[in-house]
Amino acid sequence: MSELLRFATAGSVDDGKSTLIGRLLYDSKAIFEDQLEAVERSSEAMGADYTNLALLTDGLRAEREQGITIDVAYRYFATPSRKFIIADTPGHIQYTRNMVTGASTADVALVLVDARKGLVEQSRRHAFLASLLRIPHLVLCVNKMDLVDWSQERFEEIRDEFRSFATKLDIADLTFIPISALNGDNVVTRSPNSPWYEGASLLHHLEEVHIASDRNLIDVRFPVQYVIRPHSDDFHDYRGYAGTVAGGVIKPGDEVMVLPSGFTSRVASIETFDGPVPEAYAPMAVTVRLEDEIDISRGDMICRPHNRPTSGQDIDAMICWMSESLDLNPRDKFTIKHTTRTARALVKNVQYRLDVNTLHRDEGVESLALNEIGRIQMRTTQPIFFDEYRRNRTTGSFILVAESTNTTVGAGMILGPSA
Amino acid sequence: MAYRFGHTGRSETTRLMATTYELTHLRALEAEAIHIMREVAAEFERPVLLFSGGKDSIVMLRLAEKAFWPAKIPFPVMHVDTGHNFDEVIEFRDRRVAELGVKLVVASVQAAIDQGRVAEEKSGSRNRLQITTLLDAIEENRFDAAFGGARRDEEKARAKERVFSFRDEFGQWDPKSQRPELWSLYNGRIHPGEHMRVFPLSNWTELDIWQYIAAEGVEIPAIYYAHEREVFRRDGMLLAVTRHLAPGKDEEAFKATVRYRTVGDATITGAVESTASTPEEVVVEVAATRLTERGATRADDRVTEAAMEDRKKEGYF
Repeated sequence: MSELLRFATAGSVDDGKSTLIGRLLYDSKAIFEDQLEAVERSSEAMGADYTNLALLTDGLRAEREQGITIDVAYRYFATPSRKFIIADTPGHIQYTRNMVTGASTADVALVLVDARKGLVEQSRRHAFLASLLRIPHLVLCVNKMDLVDWSQERFEEIRDEFRSFATKLDIADLTFIPISALNGDNVVTRSPNSPWYEGASLLHHLEEVHIASDRNLIDVRFPVQYVIRPHSDDFHDYRGYAGTVAGGVIKPGDEVMVLPSGFTSRVASIETFDGPVPEAYAPMAVTVRLEDEIDISRGDMICRPHNRPTSGQDIDAMICWMSESLDLNPRDKFTIKHTTRTARALVKNVQYRLDVNTLHRDEGVESLALNEIGRIQMRTTQPIFFDEYRRNRTTGSFILVAESTNTTVGAGMILGPSA
Repeated sequence: MAYRFGHTGRSETTRLMATTYELTHLRALEAEAIHIMREVAAEFERPVLLFSGGKDSIVMLRLAEKAFWPAKIPFPVMHVDTGHNFDEVIEFRDRRVAELGVKLVVASVQAAIDQGRVAEEKSGSRNRLQITTLLDAIEENRFDAAFGGARRDEEKARAKERVFSFRDEFGQWDPKSQRPELWSLYNGRIHPGEHMRVFPLSNWTELDIWQYIAAEGVEIPAIYYAHEREVFRRDGMLLAVTRHLAPGKDEEAFKATVRYRTVGDATITGAVESTASTPEEVVVEVAATRLTERGATRADDRVTEAAMEDRKKEGYF
């Protein structure tokens, strides 16, 4: 069966990221002739002496004019075993928010380093953001191996340096692959140039990496999204709670508790248009019916009586600030959206700002500006039902929306209730 | 390339899911789209689903049916009607809408021309004229969210567009100030007069759509499958001879076995030569094709490199 895998890449023009993506797309036949012709025409018009595959993803006029990637571009390709969604983001520090956006849904992070240069500030930053956003798998592609004569020693040197850096991060699964994106070595098939390398090609690794158990299958979390009441003759008293499973495995007969009311009931059935299902788990979109009639509305959380999320109003979180026009300051108020629940949030304080290059905590700051990441304490107007982000990426994440402009200004990852 | 479908029947699916807790890519895409639709129904006052009668909007309508079952779809559907239609598509539209018991709003480009809101273009294409008609209809009906069937794989401007795509009071899209979109948290907040375009199929590809049509047995208009038709060649495309369009002096009409990859304004939408007469055969053909569907069959996107971006900024789908 063909599974969906989302991976995020970040990088700048010269580390070969576009070439690598171009090769994955081309070799899996996801680039079409008319797209390639258009890119060839544009490359020629821009005076480039090679086909600039970045133009495939840099679709906006401003990007093409300035020759830069501004935004997250989503690209798609498939092999017989998996469908892939690439969130391709620019790598420079001024695009941290775009990288965070791309990383938020990724199963795998691809970090590229140039074999000649080794680890640079940017590669460390990408790895840190991948770990902050809890991408479960990280692949370090040591690129341009052809330019270091496929030196095993050089590859191992970079690998060991990265491993020692990664001990400071929280990365569950780390893989190292020596490649040449330009020549296609170890991208789709194993290369004869690296007989000393015993691992899989990049594509093979992406096809095989086990992602099913990355989801939380333990803690039942079902944020109620929409109440279905048909008011029709055939379904006169029907009342179903529609939503997307955020954690655990829900089965008919399970005893459940509804927050915030605390009422308990049992799951009568789990229904879909295609018929009832014997169990539901993330990210299935289903309709849960309960044995008892309880007053439940959007924003409520269905869980198990003995395994509940934290219900609270005082929260510690890491925030990535995304607003160009306003900074985050203590006493600021925002709209917070967490699962299907919307409330207001008050920033109590900024505890520190994190230097995304050195991981140094700067405690002498009061505010966070665009692309800065820091730890804050906040209070919400009503309780929200959350888990630590490290335990559940869905019930542990939220966004902050500016009340004047309605724009999304912050992305939050919950650390836990404030002490 | 061999493609396996995730869904061969209820018991099979149930057995697979029970042992592995894995979803096929089609099930994962379906769940994401349903989540998006429920989110809109919960957070907006007056959503509408834009329905062209094309395969993507038909799949979108099926997903809406699934999202709210056993209740009816809680919003109307709207067709922005260029008047340059394929008869099969209009027939299909009316039948499907009646089956589902949803309200159909028709926003007519012809009416806008008659009222002098827009003027017919020299080319005869009414593609661009749809923008005014669409925005007028959104305003008149006070719609605050409009579902569109656009996919990110279609076109490079679309590849950068959000699932919840904000439109200001002029209906404009500003690609440079899009709201960040993280996890599955969608920001639907707008001021009065503004609206949101919502694209539940953002992460689907043409192949996914066809695999879904095949796996689910979704009915689509017959012109998507191979049939014999009178056509002529223009700009490297095969255009159908219809009451809206006749070959020019130097263009010769001939019979060919064709099918459509997209269904739009009949005067600018090209057919491709094909013998694929079932969804499964189309899947095989799509998996092997080397041209994008818009590159192959849409004259409107060939005008300039940023043709789509420019139209979208003005308020296009």
